Amino acid sequence: MGRDEGKQSGGAPSAMERIKQDSNFLRGSLVEEFGNRITASIPEEETKILKFHGSYMQDDRDVRQERKHKKLEPAYQFMIRVRLPGGVATPEQWLKMDELANTNGNGTMKLTTRQTFQLHGILKWNMKQTIQEMDQALMDSIAACGDVNRNVMSTANPYQSSVHSQVYDTANRVSEHLLPKTKAYHEIWLDEEMVLDGRDEDEPIYGPFYLPRKFKIGVAVPPSNDVDVFSQDLGFIGIVEDGELVGYNVSVGGGMGMTHGDTTTYPQLGRVIGFCKVDQATDVAEKVVTIQRDYGNRSERKNARFKYTIDKRGLDWLKNELNDRLGWSLEEARSYSFDHNGDRYGWVKGDGKWHLTLFVENGRIKDEENHQLMTGLREIANVHKGEFRLTASQNLIISGVEENEKETIEQLVEQYGLSDGRYNSALRRNSMACVAFPTCGLAMAESERYLPSLVDRLEDIIEDAGLRDEEIVIRMSGCPNGCSRPALSEIGFIGKAPGKYNMYLGGGFKGERLNKLYKENIGEDEILASLKPIIHSYAKERLEGEHFGDYVVRAGYIAPVESGLDFHN
Amino acid sequence: MSLKVTNSPFNQEQIDLLNRLFPTLTESQKIWLSGYLASAQVGNQEGTVEAKDTTKGNTPQTRKVTILYGSHTGNCEALAKEFTEQLQAVHLEVECLSMDDIKPKNIKKVEDLLIVTSTHGDGDPPDNALSLYDFLHSKRAPSLEGVRFSVLSLGDSSYEFFCQTGKDLDKRLEELGASRLYNRVDCDLDYEEPAQEWIQAVKQELGQEAVSSSAPASAVIEEQTTYSKKNPFKAEILENLDLNGRGSNKETRHLELDLEGSGITYEPGDSLGIYPENDPALVEQLLQVLEWDGDLTVPVNKQGEELSLREALRSIYDITTLSKPLLEKTSSLSDSLQKWLEENDSKAIQDYVYGRDLVDLVTDFAPWKGEVSDFVALLRKIPVRLYSIASSQNANPDEVHLTIGALRYEAHGRKRSGVCSVQCSERSSIGDHLPVFVQKNSNFKLPEQKDTPIIMIGAGTGVAPYRAFLQEREETEDKGPSWLFFGEQHFVSDFLYQTEWQSWLSDGVLTKMDVAFSRDTEEKVYVQHRLLENSKEVYEWLKGGAYVYVCGDETYMAKDVQNALLEIIQKEGNYTAEEAETYLNQLRKEKRYQRDVY
Repeated sequence: MGRDEGKQSGGAPSAMERIKQDSNFLRGSLVEEFGNRITASIPEEETKILKFHGSYMQDDRDVRQERKHKKLEPAYQFMIRVRLPGGVATPEQWLKMDELANTNGNGTMKLTTRQTFQLHGILKWNMKQTIQEMDQALMDSIAACGDVNRNVMSTANPYQSSVHSQVYDTANRVSEHLLPKTKAYHEIWLDEEMVLDGRDEDEPIYGPFYLPRKFKIGVAVPPSNDVDVFSQDLGFIGIVEDGELVGYNVSVGGGMGMTHGDTTTYPQLGRVIGFCKVDQATDVAEKVVTIQRDYGNRSERKNARFKYTIDKRGLDWLKNELNDRLGWSLEEARSYSFDHNGDRYGWVKGDGKWHLTLFVENGRIKDEENHQLMTGLREIANVHKGEFRLTASQNLIISGVEENEKETIEQLVEQYGLSDGRYNSALRRNSMACVAFPTCGLAMAESERYLPSLVDRLEDIIEDAGLRDEEIVIRMSGCPNGCSRPALSEIGFIGKAPGKYNMYLGGGFKGERLNKLYKENIGEDEILASLKPIIHSYAKERLEGEHFGDYVVRAGYIAPVESGLDFHN
Repeated sequence: MSLKVTNSPFNQEQIDLLNRLFPTLTESQKIWLSGYLASAQVGNQEGTVEAKDTTKGNTPQTRKVTILYGSHTGNCEALAKEFTEQLQAVHLEVECLSMDDIKPKNIKKVEDLLIVTSTHGDGDPPDNALSLYDFLHSKRAPSLEGVRFSVLSLGDSSYEFFCQTGKDLDKRLEELGASRLYNRVDCDLDYEEPAQEWIQAVKQELGQEAVSSSAPASAVIEEQTTYSKKNPFKAEILENLDLNGRGSNKETRHLELDLEGSGITYEPGDSLGIYPENDPALVEQLLQVLEWDGDLTVPVNKQGEELSLREALRSIYDITTLSKPLLEKTSSLSDSLQKWLEENDSKAIQDYVYGRDLVDLVTDFAPWKGEVSDFVALLRKIPVRLYSIASSQNANPDEVHLTIGALRYEAHGRKRSGVCSVQCSERSSIGDHLPVFVQKNSNFKLPEQKDTPIIMIGAGTGVAPYRAFLQEREETEDKGPSWLFFGEQHFVSDFLYQTEWQSWLSDGVLTKMDVAFSRDTEEKVYVQHRLLENSKEVYEWLKGGAYVYVCGDETYMAKDVQNALLEIIQKEGNYTAEEAETYLNQLRKEKRYQRDVY
């Protein structure tokens, strides 16, 4: 290991640490600030506390300068992110989110890269009502953002149903177990009685400072690595022997985020350190979280993710520390094999029921003049008796359809032109973009609004090369925080400025290898000009079954990156 | 860290002495010493130390340093603050501000200006540098002669327009006459070192500054013309923008007019008169129905001046309002009109003239007889429009600002628009001129006594004079408590001058503000409701001597507000309705209840 620690731990705690400590267990002055009618914003410090309640303050960046000129404050609005372990929602929950998106939101829903709903454009005055209505549909947004464990992901497609229900159960239990214990959310949004001064409260897992940074957990069931288990701070890889789920391999220290121009920050892959039984997963999760709580860097937020904690002290240190805290030792990791990190579209049957995976471009549910996606899904929710499963690639599974209901669903799919991806190129089906402009405050370049048209242009090249049905994972993020997990794509883009991206190549198709910077700060023309010859030679020179990411490494276009420590070399 | 020959400009002997001395110094001694050395440099003295009371200090006489930063991610802000401390440590007077926080008009008052800025996106200034950047690049940018400056720019060399904002500002400041104190330094991502080198060099330059130089102010005496209502000043439009955000039902123009050289003076509460011109399209329509040639010349005044008919209808005569006298006068030129007047009573005539204009009249009562000049002679001149001034002259010496609601509606099957408001909206570009004069209004004035509490109530454009009030109070540092009630339709799009009120609230120039947005909630909420909600406190302010101002719509708002005030006085003061009336009348007599309603 032995990376240069630069401005890492040992320094004074970052300002965020004081904010957390002073927040009285995440209450802050939220009640008072949400009552202030002079601004649709809340003060910056309060926004940091609000994150723990699952909401970001944002503004419509498209009109920011225009409004400033008009002497109006930015068009402040709030994003609410639901906590939805494993991405499973009932039709009633779907309908409630749809309704809230249309009454209080911007008329669209975003299915996120962490398998949950996001509503955008909620005005300050409508926040409480929105959260209360979510609550009535048994949804909350506690800890959906903030320095805590975030929404727990799990493999979405239930074609091995008996195993999947167990895996979902693990995701759910871990999520519940790692929820903050403070009643702040209930008091502030749901009008539950105040805990007088918070002193009676305690956060047995987190403590008053919570974690140094966000923490992400995902559970994967091979051969599908749809949750990108190696991008997670903590990953569980389901081990199935003789059709039975026997336990999980434990992977630690993955993460996507970095900062442009700062090589002490980098994306990293999780590393498998052992195996635990199914009912031990919650205990493992808790102990791993407490290690990060105690050892994570609290002075430099850029270097505070678990991956840096591990890379600084070594994997052996972590294993020992974990075994000590558990009071027992992880077993040897078992063998497993992934074969992809995307979704498998169309109908599959499992456990006597049918499941339909629909392609939702960039997870945006909305109605357009010629494509009534939102209405179509609402109609399905009105008749569907099973579940909706949100996938880690921002797609949607209509899950648990009885044989005799299948035709009804199929008719609605047909009527509203919903897509199982069959008519899309394999490249588009494997594309993913974060939100970025106009709502995300971090965005440096377009992402969701731009990737579809870039894929249009790439499709011309791909089709020319005869690769329309070749699955190539392409991902774009508007900033280096990497919500769409761009470092784990075969072709990755990270925004630098409007119209300018860093282009990365060589990621593994199964999410097992990071990509690497190929060209810096380029626009569309150069993107196309750079990729065209590579795609054509891939078409000519690829080996049987060889994926694009593997080819560019073999052909010497880019060096392989097996560890984040080599990402910048 | 100890000094070495390799890391300092000293020889070995000096190094030994210094290294022996430094560890023994206290913090305050170090600070004193650096100040002393800097001042010694100034006076070009030899470095002998006179024994002096060190607590008294030996602060060199220097110009004030202003550090302005433009920061997107916070790096420049942090650097600027660090530099501030470094310069203060050598006894320089330093002010450190975000570029957003310096009023553009104050830029010409700075002496030594240090700019630390990043560049955002594709060569753009960071958000908080934009206003000042635009101002400096606009034609309103002042001469900066006498200002000395240096720029530190941060950037990322992988971008095409590396450090562009710093480069632009550096160039522009020079163009505006400022002199460069030290050459600009452009830093890449690893900015720390070059940034420190820059501030050290700047510090040295500042230290070399001679003590004082007072250039005699050159007095410019110009022949002054007196402008008045009779002789309006043609004021250039400096700014003209729509204050309403997207999705609004309203269009409210904010105009800034240049009064430089006019000698015009005004006070908060005064109004500005504008001589408007008719919409050329309406003039053409009128010419069409009149079937007269627009190029015919007609006399426009008693002095016998002539204009083309088209021009006269555009700039001299009122063609948008009808009145009973006008109908009566013009009936001599239309038999059908004469007949109609004979057959209809006064009420019917009033009903007819309401919402109609000359095009309607000419169309409805054709044919018309007589000469063009006969017809035109019956028309009245376009009346001037008065607007409550939205600025303080103390705060904007050469400008006057207006807040004008663009009036558009449909009546009798045709779209109609307010003459002056839509002229300002659609036919007034920056650089155009408007004939204006000041209309004094002694009935709407800030209290003469400083520090008096004021309650300001206004809806829509009625908020304009309060902007003038607060600018004035800010400028004169009047610390009197102030409370603003503002109403409009929608929070998101119609909160006129929102950011200005917010900044006055945070500065304490404005003490309290309550807002009512009538169309954001199912039940409509207006300013009077907010007054009633704050009944007790409003009454306490009244008892504490507060002045109450009401500005805006007369028919609804002003009436409802007055009723609310009476209700508050009655309830909180335990008065009868009659006594409450007396109370309010007393306030009025004491000039503590002032209204500017229309």
